[in-house]
Amino acid sequence: MSDYRVLPGPEHFLPPAAASMGIRLPNPGEAHINGVIVSEEAAYEEAARQFLMAKVPTIFPGPLVLWAWNEKAAKKATAIRHLFNTLKECVQPGQKPMLIPMPDYRPKYPKINPEIEINPNHPNLTIWHNKIDCCVFIGVHCHQANLSLKIIRGGTSCYTIAMCAQAGHEDAMLSIRDTSVEKIMRLADTIKRLKGTVQPRQASA
Amino acid sequence: MSKERIQISEALYDIMPSDYQDLVKSATYGKEDRGWKDIGTSKELIEQHSLCAGCPESMAFRYILASLPNPEDTVMVGSTGCTSLVFPMVAVHNIHSLFGNQNAIASGLKRALSVRFPGRVKDVVVLAGDGATVDIGLDMTLQAWFRQEKFTTICFDNELYANTGGQESGLMQKGFVAKMAPVGKLFDKVRLPEIARESGCHYVVNCTVSKPSLVEKVIRNAVHIAREIGPTYLQLYTPCILEIGKNSMEGLQEMRDSEKPTERFAYKEYVSEPAKQLLAELAAKDKERKAAAKQLAAQAQAN
Repeated sequence: MSDYRVLPGPEHFLPPAAASMGIRLPNPGEAHINGVIVSEEAAYEEAARQFLMAKVPTIFPGPLVLWAWNEKAAKKATAIRHLFNTLKECVQPGQKPMLIPMPDYRPKYPKINPEIEINPNHPNLTIWHNKIDCCVFIGVHCHQANLSLKIIRGGTSCYTIAMCAQAGHEDAMLSIRDTSVEKIMRLADTIKRLKGTVQPRQASA
Repeated sequence: MSKERIQISEALYDIMPSDYQDLVKSATYGKEDRGWKDIGTSKELIEQHSLCAGCPESMAFRYILASLPNPEDTVMVGSTGCTSLVFPMVAVHNIHSLFGNQNAIASGLKRALSVRFPGRVKDVVVLAGDGATVDIGLDMTLQAWFRQEKFTTICFDNELYANTGGQESGLMQKGFVAKMAPVGKLFDKVRLPEIARESGCHYVVNCTVSKPSLVEKVIRNAVHIAREIGPTYLQLYTPCILEIGKNSMEGLQEMRDSEKPTERFAYKEYVSEPAKQLLAELAAKDKERKAAAKQLAAQAQAN
């Protein structure tokens, strides 16, 4: 097993792909935290804890859920809204949960408005602008998610979580695979369960 | 893709930036007689662009995107140049190719789309500058025409390499001195419209973009002919005001001056015999459709 750990950055301008450092993806039913394979249950707990500790916990829904391609996408969008509402209910005063979309992947010129959207070609702008210290990507195509995760790890100290509909992401600090409506709801339930047991961090990103 | 599929998930609608909401609400995807007159009353398929103030290329982009007959089922292929700065702001599927190989990419794309969607109309439109079309990509441009590939090639002719500071291009006029071509062009402007005709294009037009209704007409013709018969080529003058020493508000006049009867962008059109027949059929159908709509409107009023 690799000694490399996928930790909050800033790692450096061009961090290595975690896969090239020996980090492997979890098998079905597993997840990873910092590149170490764990049970899914442990990953839900840790993700919920990170959200409840963060000053600005943020959900980044991507095009696969923002656009109603099919019934499943629309249902996932509803589950994400539920997750956000749960997060808002469970945080303490001073914490500011956000829900910021990644509507598509175009390298927008001259630049995006970081208050209202995130773009995979310069996701650090949105992280910096909103002082986001913990985020989750859901519904972003794998390549664009990897790009974003690497840039965020390279230039910010934000804790990244990837809820992937496929095999997960090595470049996130925590990744859950095969994400479904049920898994999103399960994360919301875990946040609710841990409400009040986790103290928010003092300093932000 | 049909317009019905381009919908925002209801649960997350409120967080979508307004430009996406507007595209879904009031863009002209699926509108049968869409055209430049929709500009101002509907959401355009181009958001803010990063071209210079007053750039005629931005006008050309707006007219072309307003005139494409089937934007939801069109894929545009671009190349390196000023146009590649605009494509990220365009709400039509597009591919950025390597410098010069846009017609090769479009050939493969058109064939793949025909196999993947045999029952659907899928248009492919190449849009590139004169450097990509005539200099670096001339091989790919011509080979696509020789093979009778069914897509439209549009060349934004600004008569030099504007994006990199003003180098000489094949479409530059003879004797022209540019910032990075101080000796002056030593040979004539390449006569690509004539080469296009001889290479098998069924519809060739050489004009400026000073008149939106004309741009609309030639775009619609070119796309319809390419869809049914074979390759089409449009060479549109989009002068680079910076490189020819003009001010932002002088682009339109520059185009008007260059389209006078004796000038190099005087309107020239070539239509092959099969294309003429197709255009006549389309015009007849259009007339029929308009008459039926008028009748329907009159009936509705009477009731």
